[in-house]
Amino acid sequence: MSGAVAAAHGDHGVPRSASEDGPAPKRIIVAYGFWIFLLSDIVMFSAIFATYAVLAQATNGGPTGRQLFDYTNVAIETGCLLASSFTCGMMSLAINEESRLWTYVGAAVTFGLGAVFLMLELREFADMIAEGATPQRSAFLSAFFTLVGCHGLHVAIGLLWLVVMMVQVWAKGFRASVQRRLLCFSLFWHALDIIWVALFSIVYLMGGR
Amino acid sequence: MDANRHDRAPGDDTTPGDRREETLSGLRVYLVGLALAVLFTATSFWAAGTNLLWAPGIPIGLAVLAVAQMGIHLVFFLHITTGPDNTNNVLALAFGVLIVALVVAGSLWIMANLNANMMPSPELMNMQIQH
Amino acid sequence: MLGKLTWDALPFNEPIDMAVSGLMIAAVLAILLWLTAKGHWPYLWREWLTSVDHKRIGVMYCVLALVMLLRGFADALMMRSQQALAAGGAQGYLPPEHYDQIFSAHGTIMIFFMAMPFMIGLMNFAVPLQLGVRDVAFPTLNSVSLWLTASGVLLTNISLVVGEFARTGWLAYPPLSELRFSPGVGVDYYLWSLQISGVGTLLSGINLVTTILKMRAPGMSYMRMPVFCWTSLAANLLIVAAFPILTATFAMLLLDRYLGFHFFTIDGGGNPMMYINLIWAWGHPEVYILILPAFGVFSEVIATFSGKPLFGYRSMVAATMAICVLSFVVWLHHFFTMGAGADVNGFFGVMTMIIAVPTGVKVYNWLFTMYGGRVRFTAPIYWSLGFMVTFVLGGMTGVLLAVPPADFVLHNSLFLIAHFHNVIIGGVLFGAMAGYTYWFPKAFGFTLHEGWGKASFWCWFIGFYLAFMPLYWLGLMGMTRRMQHYDDASWQPFLVVAAGGALVILCGILCTIVQLVVSIRDQAGSRDRTGDPWNGRTLEWSTASPPPSWNFAMLPQVEGEDAYWHMKRRAREERTEHAEALEYGAIEMPVNSSTGFITAFFAVVTGFALIWHIWWMVWLGLFGAFATTLVLAWRDHDEMEIPADEVARMDRAHRAELAR
Repeated sequence: MSGAVAAAHGDHGVPRSASEDGPAPKRIIVAYGFWIFLLSDIVMFSAIFATYAVLAQATNGGPTGRQLFDYTNVAIETGCLLASSFTCGMMSLAINEESRLWTYVGAAVTFGLGAVFLMLELREFADMIAEGATPQRSAFLSAFFTLVGCHGLHVAIGLLWLVVMMVQVWAKGFRASVQRRLLCFSLFWHALDIIWVALFSIVYLMGGR
Repeated sequence: MDANRHDRAPGDDTTPGDRREETLSGLRVYLVGLALAVLFTATSFWAAGTNLLWAPGIPIGLAVLAVAQMGIHLVFFLHITTGPDNTNNVLALAFGVLIVALVVAGSLWIMANLNANMMPSPELMNMQIQH
Repeated sequence: MLGKLTWDALPFNEPIDMAVSGLMIAAVLAILLWLTAKGHWPYLWREWLTSVDHKRIGVMYCVLALVMLLRGFADALMMRSQQALAAGGAQGYLPPEHYDQIFSAHGTIMIFFMAMPFMIGLMNFAVPLQLGVRDVAFPTLNSVSLWLTASGVLLTNISLVVGEFARTGWLAYPPLSELRFSPGVGVDYYLWSLQISGVGTLLSGINLVTTILKMRAPGMSYMRMPVFCWTSLAANLLIVAAFPILTATFAMLLLDRYLGFHFFTIDGGGNPMMYINLIWAWGHPEVYILILPAFGVFSEVIATFSGKPLFGYRSMVAATMAICVLSFVVWLHHFFTMGAGADVNGFFGVMTMIIAVPTGVKVYNWLFTMYGGRVRFTAPIYWSLGFMVTFVLGGMTGVLLAVPPADFVLHNSLFLIAHFHNVIIGGVLFGAMAGYTYWFPKAFGFTLHEGWGKASFWCWFIGFYLAFMPLYWLGLMGMTRRMQHYDDASWQPFLVVAAGGALVILCGILCTIVQLVVSIRDQAGSRDRTGDPWNGRTLEWSTASPPPSWNFAMLPQVEGEDAYWHMKRRAREERTEHAEALEYGAIEMPVNSSTGFITAFFAVVTGFALIWHIWWMVWLGLFGAFATTLVLAWRDHDEMEIPADEVARMDRAHRAELAR
């Protein structure tokens, strides 16, 4: 590998661009492709965000955000998701070391925190629906449930993906394809936390004023 | 890792070295990121609920804190840097951010304009609400 | 058990629909039976349906597009004939409910299932070859994209037989498209077909962006890429940026329809204008997604047949990327009349005019490329010349429409219809035909018949002007779009001429079909031995026709723009004997996969079930798609090895032909 390192840096000690060496290695191609997908997903969220912003005042005589939001709940959800991002990072380190034990531990804790987040969110939705604040009540509520719900759906898909990945680690070990997919998963999971930052700031914190 | 060959995969950590060293330095990076993120989150929650700040400025403050925290995630958790091996990743991100800004800002501007000009008169409003 | 699906869904009491449905089913059955009788299924399955080869996938996209051209054009003929007849008190032969479905289907099919697949097919076929690599970044995903697009096509065509299609126009504006005013399944067919194929398109965008940015032959820096690859990059960046907006917007309309949400309803605080705003935030980039690859085709064709390098490479690249970014700041010009103030209208009007500038730069570059060159007047050059005249005209009417006060008069009139057909036919369709003719020999190993190709061009060119110039005039006279009948009999002569134009275009389409049949019949005489029938400049012409699945025995070393031209010139100058001592290695290529086809099957099942509210079938379909993904994720062997001697054998045969 060290020979390749020396060659790859050319005469100037600067890494040569892909164009001079031909197609990039598979890990880079896969991760970059997934990065582009994530950006497209963020554009999708932004369309829903824009709709939320436009409809946030359209409460149709029904409850407003300030009346509905439970800030303690949101704080706990935020803490869980942020912590799960950290533990996902720990899992990435474990994968790099090819340590099965610590990978499973990291994954389990990440899963647990993500699951707590989801359960808190589902309970929040259930409570709101129980007191008549359904998505059918007003445009504001339609937008709220869709925006927050879309993020929650992504979290749920992420948890399912994490379980599948752990089964793959168990069945196939740390081969290159599994490592690439785990890299994609961690990109996905961190991106979800980034979207949550926007969500809790704009929907809950700004909306509750 | 082939990461040093030319470009770096998004999400991949920096220079290779001894595995143990990599893990320890990686751990440091994640811990710093976590600490900063917690700080910014706590500040946001505090700012939203406090009476100590000038009220009209708080939404902007929250926006700034949110953007800053996104930056922290990108740098410390996703390892996006400004090095030459990360150029494609940063450019893609910049393109995405541009599109998001155009869609959100554009939509808000247009819709505010439309709503202002097309707001139904009180009689029509009444008719709408009545069903 | 079967949700809303009953026997009433079949068109027993609509004679025209019955006849057309019967015809369609008969045609499909005939083809399927013939394939079975001839025993072609194993070949089809192995070589095409499960192929992950970008060349095969590109061809299948183009085949899909050409078939859907027939379907969309049939709708056009029906509209033209209806309007030619229904003047004064006459009602024509198509009742309004039917007519409304026809113009909705026409637009939907032509944009989503003809123009998009055609362009994506051409990009799929040519980009990896031009970049000097073996395939796209994600070959199996590429197959999934193709088959998801086909799923959308299938669902839309099923709506002809089972149920109805949307009557809301090709963009389905609320409140009309909300459940209250469109309670039938038509809008649901529209929404689910497009959501499913939209996923396919988005995945394609990701695939091609990654390919162009991360996979090129050694030595091919960005400024040495062919211009077609630059325009493909811009178009696919736009796909990645714009299609998520479409997905989100349709999802919100679906939530309104299925779960009673209030995004775009007129009660509950909903805002239908937000739909229009978002759909056009997608819609404008969409038309640039269509035209940019066509611009790329013309750049390649004009340079090749002028025997000169493309004039102003750098300015072409700059203009392309400028169009890419600018296409995201003009979208309000599609709804100037819907109540925005002067400042908003003014801003978007000015930006719309500005976006015409980079296109102008491109036109001048093409003209200067031809100037001083030895132009060979082949069919692709005919399409290019026709494009330059027609597209510039259409672009000018676009700039006219970009002036808000003018648009206030012309919005949704036939002037608008004439404008966008002007640019789409003159630009996208002519570009598709040029690309089809240009790359056909590379794909199949023999050239298309020149005479029939030129005949097709003339019919399209003359037919287009006959069909659409009257519409400009009608628009100025006040005729609005989508009219099933009209009172002002003075409009009728124009519409009769337009119908005549449509018939001339029909001749053009028939010429293309005849061209294909004749070319296949006479292929022995028009075989492309060398792989370079046009004395091309870019790398795809350095391979055999058709290329082996691995494209290049050895990845070419690129030393400049017009990489193949460089190589040919150097070989001539140095008079090097092609070294027999070339070392061939084994090549790893991705294996075929049925994932795409099977995922598409479950997508169709899920889509159909959602449309008809058959909830148990929805879960079945979703589970099937998930299971298919798992099976793909679990395979241990995703590559197979092509042995070195097979690589050697094919390469030596190609070199022998070149030497002759």
